[in-house]
Amino acid sequence: MIQDIAEKVSLGERLSFDDARRLFAHPNVAELGMLANAVRRRKHPASVVTYNVGRNINYTNVCWVKCDFCAFYRAPGSDEGYTLPDEEILGKIDELVAFGGQEPKSNEILMQGGLNPKLRLDYYERLFSTIREHYPSVQQHCLSATEIIYIAKLSKLPLAETIERLRDAGLDSIPGAGAEILNDDVRDVIGFRKDRTQEWLDVHRIAHGLGMRTTATMMYGHVETIDQRIEHLQHIRDVQDEKGGFTAFIMWNFQPDATDLGADPERWNGMKATGFDHLRTVAVSRLFLDNIDHLQASWVTQGPKIAQVSLGYGVDDFGSTMLEENVVSAAGTSHMSDMDLTHMLRLIEDAGYEARRRNTRYEMVATAPQLDALHNVKAQAQAAAS
Amino acid sequence: MIFDQQLERAGLTDIHKKVVDGQRLSADDGLRLYGCPDLPALGYLANLVREGRHGDTTYYVRNQHVNYTNVCNKLCKFCSFYVKPKDDRGYVLEPEQAAARVREYADVPITEIHMVGGVNPKLPYQYYLDLLLAMKQARPEAHLKAFTMIEIAQIQRIAKKTLEEVFADLRAAGLESIPGGGAEVFSERVHEDLFWTKADSEDWLEIAAAAHRSGLPSNATMLYGHVENTEEKVYHLTRLREVQDETGGFLTYIPLSFHPERTEIDHLPGPTGQLDLREVAIGRLMLDNFPHIKTFWIMNTIDISQVALWYGANDLDGTVMDYEITRKNFEATQQRLTQKDLLDRIVEAGREPVERDSLYNLVPAATTHMTDAA
Repeated sequence: MIQDIAEKVSLGERLSFDDARRLFAHPNVAELGMLANAVRRRKHPASVVTYNVGRNINYTNVCWVKCDFCAFYRAPGSDEGYTLPDEEILGKIDELVAFGGQEPKSNEILMQGGLNPKLRLDYYERLFSTIREHYPSVQQHCLSATEIIYIAKLSKLPLAETIERLRDAGLDSIPGAGAEILNDDVRDVIGFRKDRTQEWLDVHRIAHGLGMRTTATMMYGHVETIDQRIEHLQHIRDVQDEKGGFTAFIMWNFQPDATDLGADPERWNGMKATGFDHLRTVAVSRLFLDNIDHLQASWVTQGPKIAQVSLGYGVDDFGSTMLEENVVSAAGTSHMSDMDLTHMLRLIEDAGYEARRRNTRYEMVATAPQLDALHNVKAQAQAAAS
Repeated sequence: MIFDQQLERAGLTDIHKKVVDGQRLSADDGLRLYGCPDLPALGYLANLVREGRHGDTTYYVRNQHVNYTNVCNKLCKFCSFYVKPKDDRGYVLEPEQAAARVREYADVPITEIHMVGGVNPKLPYQYYLDLLLAMKQARPEAHLKAFTMIEIAQIQRIAKKTLEEVFADLRAAGLESIPGGGAEVFSERVHEDLFWTKADSEDWLEIAAAAHRSGLPSNATMLYGHVENTEEKVYHLTRLREVQDETGGFLTYIPLSFHPERTEIDHLPGPTGQLDLREVAIGRLMLDNFPHIKTFWIMNTIDISQVALWYGANDLDGTVMDYEITRKNFEATQQRLTQKDLLDRIVEAGREPVERDSLYNLVPAATTHMTDAA
């Protein structure tokens, strides 16, 4: 049924929209895995799965956008809103560096927050330059297209100038969050105040034009159709053809708990996407996104079992150690406590790969993380939570 | 062809040829399958066998699990269900109490009762016969599958009769087939370490063979992901295959994923998702004389079990009620899956759901229209 597509994969030819549609309709996931694995092996012949030492820092949860799929935000004026003081952010970075060591740009902070009307460009410039000054080992992989668009609007500056100023202050690279599904009809249903498809893509285009690297993501399993997932992949592939600035693609499924969308049967059918759906979506993404080097595992949402199995479906990277994660976890995902570096390394090795640490640019990092320091951080976090 | 290229890269070309030609795989082939890092390639091979035997058919059963006692003198290190004799937490369901549990679900069209328990030295022979009679009376139309080979060993001990006589008595009281539990891993080394007081491998196989000869079909299991090694697992599978050649009485092979939580060996990390799928695939490939391979979702997680439908499994077990054995150590596992959820999973995976009874006869469609109990 998919012999002709398999032939294209074999010859390294680009797949069409219709090919992707047929792959999604092909239930034999083992065959999809074999095809995706062939591509993954071609791109990364060594039996290595990489991981990254990193921490998500959510500097504010105040957000006026109120996306219906999000359980993390608090509206401006809410008693539960916060913006982290600088000292607290720097304290979190100290813990990360104690864990990850001093190699330049080897420890990734993924700093993201809500669209907080009180925070303007000067806030970010000051914060980023402070971090750059004090922590040469830290890669500032921060914000998202959505936040950058908002900062530009608040500051009444063009996007390009905003990104340039953030970069000059210390922003090293931009995560691909906020892409959700790049289709405006879908965006209207799940988060209608959010940036449009072309706005999201433009931020990444401009960043790539400035020589910055970014990642791309997809949040699937809510109101989108399979065709809309493929449309999303098509947008990413097209932008990548222009400047090649995306380093990796990461996908996860919608986590419905405590979200407005999850509680609305008019919009969402109540069916959380399955592990089966995840594996075929990963495999089709690996096959379709022929110009993107890396695919990351989604252990926070999928859990250790399916995340490990995805290593046979085109995934070559286990993602970040994520000493901390708050956003997806707010919507019911509980796999954070299942995973630590020891567990991650075991899963990689059990699947037949050597685990190697990388930085955000996917260059290998020689320094081994200090597990003792990690245990201290976890103990402190638990003490703070209880 | 890219699939052939991938199989060649994985070193599976000759095994692929054997599978296509319907030749039996050797123990050495089994070792190579365990050593092959290319998981989807294993699935691809196992799926050839699965589709050759069953096409897209994926069986499920509506059953109720009853655990009549948690008192056990076997002290297996991998078990969190048992309590020792005299422990306050111990319970025994009297035959009438066990039957009452079955009557609770009288409105649910269950076709099978699955009843197992600990090895409780206090229970007399007559208890087991009364238990079967009461269950059968409570739900005469449901197939009664009960007592692992380990419990049968105990029942025979107190009965002071031959296995043949015991099986004749149990059948007369209502027993219709035997589940596959208690096999663990056929290895002296693992037996010594984890379950030294239990019947050993050859006892287990001998009891199974005797059951088959008495007209009682059974299943077979393997508990993996603790301290066993690959050679021991291959030995386990080849011994099952040999006994099946003699008796033909095994219906289904069920690899069981070990859950370390709250056991004596909870320092072990437990099996990975890749291993869960690998065990299904290798079971399907090695056990060429077993009709069915089941993925037990309550231990594997439903996500892994759904994917396993493309790794050799043709049976997704059922809508289990009251399964206490892993509930003790794995509370996150859903205890019940409504029939709709189960069917949705099978259909999403591109397979055809078929309700079966315990002997894999199709349950007539007319009786499957029901409201979900769960």
